[in-house]
Amino acid sequence: MFDDRYTLAYKRYPYKKSADQDAAAPVRHPVVVMGGGPIGVATALDLGRQGIPTLVLDDHEGVGMGSRAICFAKRCLEIAGRYGCGKPMVDKGVVWNLGKVFHKDDQVFEFNLLPEEGHEYPAFINMQQPYYESFQLDRFEELQKDGAPIEIRGKNRVDSVEVHDDHVTLQIMTPDGPYTLEADWLIGCDGASSPLRTMLDLDFTGKVFQDSFLIADIKMKNDDFPTERWFWFEPTHGSGASTLLHKQPDDVWRVDFQIGWDVDRKEEMKEENIRRRLDAFLGEAVEYDMVWSSIYTFQCKRMDNFRHGRVFFAGDAAHQVSPFGARGANSGMQDVDNLGWKLGMVMRGEAPESLLDTYNMERIHGADENILNSTRSTDFITPKSEMSRILRDAVLDLSEKHEFARPLVNSGRLSVPCTYDGSPLNSADALDGPARSRPGSVCPDVPMGDGYLLSELGDTFTLLTIDADAPDEIEESGVKVTRLALSTKDDKTGALKERYLGDTESAVYLIRPDQHVAARRPNFDDNLIRAAIRRAIGKE
Amino acid sequence: MTDLVLTPNIESADDFYAELLAAHEGLSKDESDAFNARLVLVLANHVGDRDVLSDALKAASGKG
Repeated sequence: MFDDRYTLAYKRYPYKKSADQDAAAPVRHPVVVMGGGPIGVATALDLGRQGIPTLVLDDHEGVGMGSRAICFAKRCLEIAGRYGCGKPMVDKGVVWNLGKVFHKDDQVFEFNLLPEEGHEYPAFINMQQPYYESFQLDRFEELQKDGAPIEIRGKNRVDSVEVHDDHVTLQIMTPDGPYTLEADWLIGCDGASSPLRTMLDLDFTGKVFQDSFLIADIKMKNDDFPTERWFWFEPTHGSGASTLLHKQPDDVWRVDFQIGWDVDRKEEMKEENIRRRLDAFLGEAVEYDMVWSSIYTFQCKRMDNFRHGRVFFAGDAAHQVSPFGARGANSGMQDVDNLGWKLGMVMRGEAPESLLDTYNMERIHGADENILNSTRSTDFITPKSEMSRILRDAVLDLSEKHEFARPLVNSGRLSVPCTYDGSPLNSADALDGPARSRPGSVCPDVPMGDGYLLSELGDTFTLLTIDADAPDEIEESGVKVTRLALSTKDDKTGALKERYLGDTESAVYLIRPDQHVAARRPNFDDNLIRAAIRRAIGKE
Repeated sequence: MTDLVLTPNIESADDFYAELLAAHEGLSKDESDAFNARLVLVLANHVGDRDVLSDALKAASGKG
């Protein structure tokens, strides 16, 4: 009755019988989250920190095995930072800046990412997914101890749902048998093959790529392997059509072999066959232990709608991308970041329910951008036509000698947060400032004294003033907005001016709880800022 | 005269590359070859400068 679909890396929330299972009538919960993966648990962290009772149901009892999503980008870490678990991730993760590109065994060029200075979090870290999930669950337990009304139930499998106008009814299976729950709101974070999506018979459309990839995580026996990312296009050593190597914590290296569509999975997964590829690729002299391996195929798909009345979808359940560019878990975290404050405001009666439709709008915009970027990488790595291959090879040939061709080499573009251009929550840009902080953008970080700007923003609406006067607090439509007053006099690195002022002298930014810019102008204007607040909460 | 530019010079390079691939979509190999030939001639005319064109020919041949 309860078959595990995968092996656990860590058992974190063993099944315990809940009083709800013996209740005479179904117990109603304000929010139920389906799925205890990175996105489901992040949702509970976001809502729990707002004091909203949130129940996570997971059909397993902890964190699944396997490194899986190993690249966590800056925005994802900033969001985890807002939830209070970003720092341990950075301490554990591996940061690399040097990448090398090979074509048919020859190095074509190398690049240094040289990330921009003045951000609390690095451009990205490499880290096995179970660590990421564990740090979130540590934070989950910490919040619970501090009284946050959040709970996670292991071996609670949702078998069916019934969506009503003002609630959802869930049939749940446990080792002690079935029980029924009700939820005011249901959030499906139940992964790429989302059972919830299937139960509701909702569309999931897009492209399936006809290729498979073999992942091998190996532990090097000698530690002189460099912390670099190596990408091979068409290596001739017979290991795969393309091969990617990069480092994870604990001296573990991820090797990704592109092995084609018509493969005998069972045969390919045999250790001797994986070792044959690895030896061809690394050379016989390199000694290693195998840690984990898996074969995956992928698709670029999304749902038509991420909101269906009282039901939301987030993360892989809502959209799936190719792994090139690390836009899976990273974009799922941005879903949570976007949905959390909106649902909180609607549940507290501070904003109209229509605000929730902007979750759908803004995150579909994000999903489409991610699908576009990851599809382009895929098309470059695995050209679909003869001419596409000829052009790809021409780019690689030219890039060896000529710098101009290097930006065209696409083995995955770094995941960056999308800007919600055209969102109905934005007010028209009234500042002649830098494009990167225009309305809809996520606030760029800036060093401030001993800390950083982003740690001062978020959770609530903030009025950021730079060399501009404004009241310390404004209340509009029941929403409190507090001022954060900064001055270029304290801007030792010049980053504040560069990222928020440009050539202008002063600025007033209205910043959303998810640290995105809602409006900006050169000075404070009571009427206009109030209108911008109303607009940002869906009241205008 | 200006030198042949061999440093990155295309804004939103990924967008351009996607547009280039899209232009070839649905064409046979012969049609694609013909398309590329026309494209080379259109771009060469835009460049105009004979020395720059000679340098471009060298760069493409691998000798530049």
